[in-house]
Amino acid sequence: MFLVLLVAPLLTGLVRKVKARLQRRRGPPLLQPYRDLRRLLRQEVVLAENASWLFRVAPYLVFTATWVAAALVPTFATGLLFSWTGDLIAIIALLATARFLLGLAALDIGTSFGGIGASRESLIASLAEPATIMIVFTIALIAGSTQLSHIAAFMASEDVGLRVSLAFALVALVIVAIAENARIPVDNPSTHLELTMVHEAMVLEYSGRHLAMIEAAAWVKLVFHLSLIACIFFPFGLAQNGGGLVAYAIGAGLWLLKLAAGGVLLAMFETSIAKMRVFRVPGFLGGALMLGLLATLLLFISGSF
Amino acid sequence: MLTALLLCAVALLAVSVLAVLGYGGGRRGVAGGAVATTLVYGGCLAVSALAFVLALAALLGGVTAGLTVPLGLPWLGAHFRLDALSAAFLVLVTLGAAGASFYALGYGQHAEAPMRVLPFYPVFLAGMLLVPLADDAYAFLLCWELMSLASWALVLAEPRPEENARAGYLYIVMASFGTLALLLAFGLLAGPEGHYAFAEMRGAERTPLTSALVLTLAILGAGSKAGLVPLHVWLPLAHPAAPSHVSALMSGVMTKVAVYAFIRIVFDLVGQPEWWWSIPILTLGGSTAALGVLHALMERDLKRLLAYSTIENIGIVFIGLGLALAFEASGYRAAAALALTAALFHAFNHTLFKSALFYGAGAVLTATHGERNIERLGGLIHRMPVSSAAVLVAAMAAAALPPLNGFVSEWLAFQAILVSPDLPQWGLKFLIPTVGMLLALAAALAASCFVRAYGIAWLGRPRTAAAAEAVETDRFSSAAMLGCAALCVLFGLFPGLVIDALAPVTEGLVGARMPAQLGQAWLSIVPIADSRSSYNGVLVFLFIVASAMMAAAAIHRFASRALRRAPPWDCGFPNLSPSMQYTGTSLSQPLRRVFGPVVFRSREHVEMPLPGSVAPARIVRQRQDLVWEFLYLPIGRAVGRATEVLNHLQFLTIRRYLVFVFLSLVLLLLGLGLWS
Repeated sequence: MFLVLLVAPLLTGLVRKVKARLQRRRGPPLLQPYRDLRRLLRQEVVLAENASWLFRVAPYLVFTATWVAAALVPTFATGLLFSWTGDLIAIIALLATARFLLGLAALDIGTSFGGIGASRESLIASLAEPATIMIVFTIALIAGSTQLSHIAAFMASEDVGLRVSLAFALVALVIVAIAENARIPVDNPSTHLELTMVHEAMVLEYSGRHLAMIEAAAWVKLVFHLSLIACIFFPFGLAQNGGGLVAYAIGAGLWLLKLAAGGVLLAMFETSIAKMRVFRVPGFLGGALMLGLLATLLLFISGSF
Repeated sequence: MLTALLLCAVALLAVSVLAVLGYGGGRRGVAGGAVATTLVYGGCLAVSALAFVLALAALLGGVTAGLTVPLGLPWLGAHFRLDALSAAFLVLVTLGAAGASFYALGYGQHAEAPMRVLPFYPVFLAGMLLVPLADDAYAFLLCWELMSLASWALVLAEPRPEENARAGYLYIVMASFGTLALLLAFGLLAGPEGHYAFAEMRGAERTPLTSALVLTLAILGAGSKAGLVPLHVWLPLAHPAAPSHVSALMSGVMTKVAVYAFIRIVFDLVGQPEWWWSIPILTLGGSTAALGVLHALMERDLKRLLAYSTIENIGIVFIGLGLALAFEASGYRAAAALALTAALFHAFNHTLFKSALFYGAGAVLTATHGERNIERLGGLIHRMPVSSAAVLVAAMAAAALPPLNGFVSEWLAFQAILVSPDLPQWGLKFLIPTVGMLLALAAALAASCFVRAYGIAWLGRPRTAAAAEAVETDRFSSAAMLGCAALCVLFGLFPGLVIDALAPVTEGLVGARMPAQLGQAWLSIVPIADSRSSYNGVLVFLFIVASAMMAAAAIHRFASRALRRAPPWDCGFPNLSPSMQYTGTSLSQPLRRVFGPVVFRSREHVEMPLPGSVAPARIVRQRQDLVWEFLYLPIGRAVGRATEVLNHLQFLTIRRYLVFVFLSLVLLLLGLGLWS
């Protein structure tokens, strides 16, 4: 759980660094996100005059909901202590809770930017979430469980084989992950141009420790999605329950490698593609939704697809 | 126990009579109205609380009892019976009724014309209390009509003449249509011998065609009351038109009584179902869920938005029922129990959170002197802190977010969908994943819908003077809201309580029960097996709360706790006026652009003034309810044309009338001759 928290800024730093290098810039140092976090935490909060209690509570809740969701994903070992607390559907719904609260916080001050962010986020979320659920269906039907630990253990075993539906699910999950993490081409995490902001517009009124919480939540979310993809589709090296210290160490090392590979791929993808217009996004996400539905349909027709 | 419950209903009717008599004979004027309000709602509260305790005891104790009251048709009497299913729905009804009566102790004092509400309110409650108890077609339809007519009178109670007249007219037409369908359904069930008692209907043999007709009629009859698309058109007009506590009852409880009627007929009376029965139910349920929430997303009227969200939730309940039927027909009894539990649990949850939301809407109405348009609200969280917290919890439950109760029932529905690949029928193999997608879409859109509803009405800055001067509601109202919100949290954290309580119901209807949940480690819920899926609301809640508090405490202790109030930043844009905020319409604009052209045939066009003209530019939006356009208007037109044509029959000569009589006689004789 705390490992996720420690790694998250590093991963974001890595993505930023790789992106900068690809654009032939030198880029900020790898550890810059940690420094940002420290700086934000120490600064005072400048709160809008008409902010309500919801606005002040939301960052903590958003952060912890995301964190709990990330903690329920097996990162380097399958037998999580509390894995039965929530299955994959519950984990997805926890992220939805975080998004719900953030959307409300964006509307709390009553500025036009908060509104624009909440409005677009609700568009993206209402397509990304059903797509995620369809992906969950696909995976659950293959593995016969919605418990992530069981899914990971099943995926790591021999009887998965090569499946069409899994390929669909992977593509769909990547699309959803890009949209959920406010990445190019859906959103741009480094923009501050009015017309292109989604996530950034929602958190525009935040400062100081509140902003730190929200930034940390966004970083944890990136780790969450990469870990999820890694644990479902690339589960090799996951330590089995009671595998001993060596297995855990190998699992952890591989997990870090997988995260790094995911981060590099993400940076390369982001560099090579242009941002979409907001109203092209439904088509992009609709593709994920349809892929998920198709994969589920295939599995309903025959379990061997 | 059954007798006691019937006596409760009689007591409610007595309260109504007393209200009329007392008002007629006692003091009139404001003071008299206030006393009558307190007495009526207090009496209703006491009776419903008592009935709640009785129903809960009956459900948990597994009481079954029957009783024939010498009322109604001579030599038949009215049969009443209490079993697990009716006890479960009675718990729901009485809980909703007690909550609404408690709320109305405060809210009812603001009524402009209390005597237009008070006599009908206890009758409405009595009707809803009696429907689940009825054990023959006659008693059932009588109580059903009592409920419909009393609620119709309540729809017309608020003095808003034009809107309410239209809502009332549409409601009475649809209610009559629904009752007609139910009457025909019971007629078919009773068969040519006329066995009106439910006990005799259960045992009767039927042809598949008769059973299918009964199913169709049950969908029409119960569906029109519950608000299934395309029978939903009256609901968003009628539910909001009533006073808010009655809206809460109509949305939260009366639709569930319709669900009860559907379950009673289709799962209990008809007998063994066919697998294809689930197809219309799943299709209707899925489209109802998606269309209902899309309408809610576009709506600007706070109470109509909630009514549309009711339609969505009814869709979810019917998805669960359709799945249960499909499983039962194929003999997967455990899975059927899971799906049925999901449906019943969701019905219960919806009663809780929708009641709280309507109470909140009522509090907004009182605080702002009748403002229902969310575009004219805003900033209420500062003025009404208690209500805003309760409504926030209810909205999160309605948006199906963990760790609240709405999520648990949708989670169970998803689990039921995940078992369904075992079903052998090809039609269902294609339909169920699609329905699953619609369910997921509805859940996601519901979250957007409640971000919008709460964010625009309660957050931001006040858009009108009325919103800026809102005051917190009275103690009774806020206590009722908080109570409902607390129950939402409670059953979100301990869903095992409800699931176990519903086990006798599923046992009786589909012959299986979900595994007992209360014995599970750490109070998590496990629908099928540990390795398949489990969810633990308590731990999720504890994790979130504990780590949030830890994070906040650590940051305040070790980093910084300095705070400075300043004007909003908004990218440096100065002098913000409240009208520059996003409105509800603009907030849903992206979704309207994506779904609108298909679902509502919505159009937008800009009217630019000519150069030199000082007229303002206008943006015109159009949105149509296609069901209304393509189903109801043509029917309405056809009825109109038919009446015009038939109108001529009124002005004929006596010779022509005699010819008609003669011709019909010949036709009847001909029919009789051909029949044998």
